Amino acid sequence: MHESQLRRTVYTAIGVLILCVMLFPVYWMLNASLQPSGNTLTASFLPLDPSFAGYRRAISEQGDNLITSVIIACGTVVLSLLVSAPCAYALAQFRSRWVGIGLLAILVSQMIPGIVIANALYTAYENLGLLNSIPGLIVANCSSGIPFAILILRSFMVSVPQSLVEAARVDGAGLLRAFVSIVLPISKNSLITAGLFTFLFSWSDFLFALTLTTKGGVRPVTLGIYQYLGTQVQNWNAVMATAVLSAIPAIVLLIAAQKYIAAGAIGGAIK
Amino acid sequence: MVHAPTLTKAGTSDAPSAEPSRRRRGRRHRGEDLTKILFVLPAAAAMIALFGYPVVKNLLMSLQDYTLKTFFTGAAPFVGLDNYVAVVEHQLFSKAMVNTALFTIGSIVFQFVIGLALALFFNKRFALGGILRSLLLLPWLLPLIVSSATWRSILEQDSGILNRSLAWLGVIDEPVPWLNSPSFALIAVIGVNIWIGIPFNVTLLYSGLKEIPGELYEAGALDGATGWNAFRHITWPNLRAVASVLLMLGVVYTVKVLDVILGMTGGGPANATQTLATQSYERSFIDFKFGQGAALSNILIAISLVFAVLYLRGTRRAVDE
Repeated sequence: MHESQLRRTVYTAIGVLILCVMLFPVYWMLNASLQPSGNTLTASFLPLDPSFAGYRRAISEQGDNLITSVIIACGTVVLSLLVSAPCAYALAQFRSRWVGIGLLAILVSQMIPGIVIANALYTAYENLGLLNSIPGLIVANCSSGIPFAILILRSFMVSVPQSLVEAARVDGAGLLRAFVSIVLPISKNSLITAGLFTFLFSWSDFLFALTLTTKGGVRPVTLGIYQYLGTQVQNWNAVMATAVLSAIPAIVLLIAAQKYIAAGAIGGAIK
Repeated sequence: MVHAPTLTKAGTSDAPSAEPSRRRRGRRHRGEDLTKILFVLPAAAAMIALFGYPVVKNLLMSLQDYTLKTFFTGAAPFVGLDNYVAVVEHQLFSKAMVNTALFTIGSIVFQFVIGLALALFFNKRFALGGILRSLLLLPWLLPLIVSSATWRSILEQDSGILNRSLAWLGVIDEPVPWLNSPSFALIAVIGVNIWIGIPFNVTLLYSGLKEIPGELYEAGALDGATGWNAFRHITWPNLRAVASVLLMLGVVYTVKVLDVILGMTGGGPANATQTLATQSYERSFIDFKFGQGAALSNILIAISLVFAVLYLRGTRRAVDE
């Protein structure tokens, strides 16, 4: 008994060590962002004398870009969920030979490189006047949001009991009303999970930001970081401060979605 | 409640009253079919616009002389397979192919092996195991350009923390030009991509390990299968399905990696880290030779397809056995 307890403590110690190694770059990003200005990286291991010069510079230079990224990511979430939720329900509950075909199409779509989509959308956007526009980037980012949201939402909606929807139908509700008033509220947690991931995908997008903007007007923060890196880096603290600010959604997702994924699983188990 | 009398009547009724009820139900069914189509229509339209159209457009573009001029004149004459000939005969093509292969194989092998080792480790029960495992996901969730920027600061030749630490430990005398030398850059980029991919591998392999029933190990232990033998005869055979999905997805995702390379090296130094994906990007969006860029990206899709088909054939054979 005592021996196995000791072994478990050793395992925990090894686990912490593995995590320290794997997350060292994240720590280093934070550490470097708190260094005073300068174009060399003489940072010591601990930010004993933290300076917020990097953040001041990051916010003054990249603040607009951060806001652009937030708007694009929110737009992508709304559009992706609006399009995906009814389709996910259909793929989960309707009986049709098209269900298999739809799922296969979604899986095959994952094989298509982003550069293929960028190539085609660039030429289309050129004609439609959507280059350098926020709606253009929202639509492009839906290419990662929609397939993922459909798969996540469908895996949850498979377990929505049909009796609930049928009860509403007997009370005279149409299919659409039953969907909106019964299915969507029960699926809240999976909608949040899909929404958080879609936000993150769109927030992280670099390829579409790079290819579908040609001039300065609309510039997501990922492109801002890339431009910082473009020439010899002058101010590592500002670059790393921008990187830290851009990492916030990932960290929030890691903490928040963990809870929602767990909540979704428990909700499914109780039913 | 409103419908209840109708239903009873339809169920027990004689011919005359059954007739209108059936017609009513028929009409309702047709209306419902329409609603059902409306459920799928937006997503179907989006999938066609965001995946179907680009694939068809790329196939066409790859057969056309599609350049910057096309945007002004609208003319994109068909040139047969000229674009494919041009990209294959390009001096960087074989280098890009080799780099794509090295990048993909190197990334996947190490991601998988390290991912499997960590999944096996976290499959043991110990305090904080669950929290540590979920925190491990962070590198995978970070925007790729953020990871690239961070690693560039770590790998910086003169003052990056990696070289400073190695020098302090006495491993190196001279700073290693990780990203500035053609002989190190590809290794450095592969290393970073391995770091990014480990969490995904751990997560999938861990869920695969959780699916293996504990009784198998108990029965195995009675037959003396513990440690390495238990892994070889129980864990690995039961993990093969997950492992093959993971490797197939690994190839599909890795051949098209672009963000990491552009952020770390931009394909340099001296084209040492050019891959099919970076070449496709450069041809389309730097040189504005969209026809050639499309040809390269179609080659990428073809490579993915080959691996997907190999995977499907492999799983079918496994089912047959």
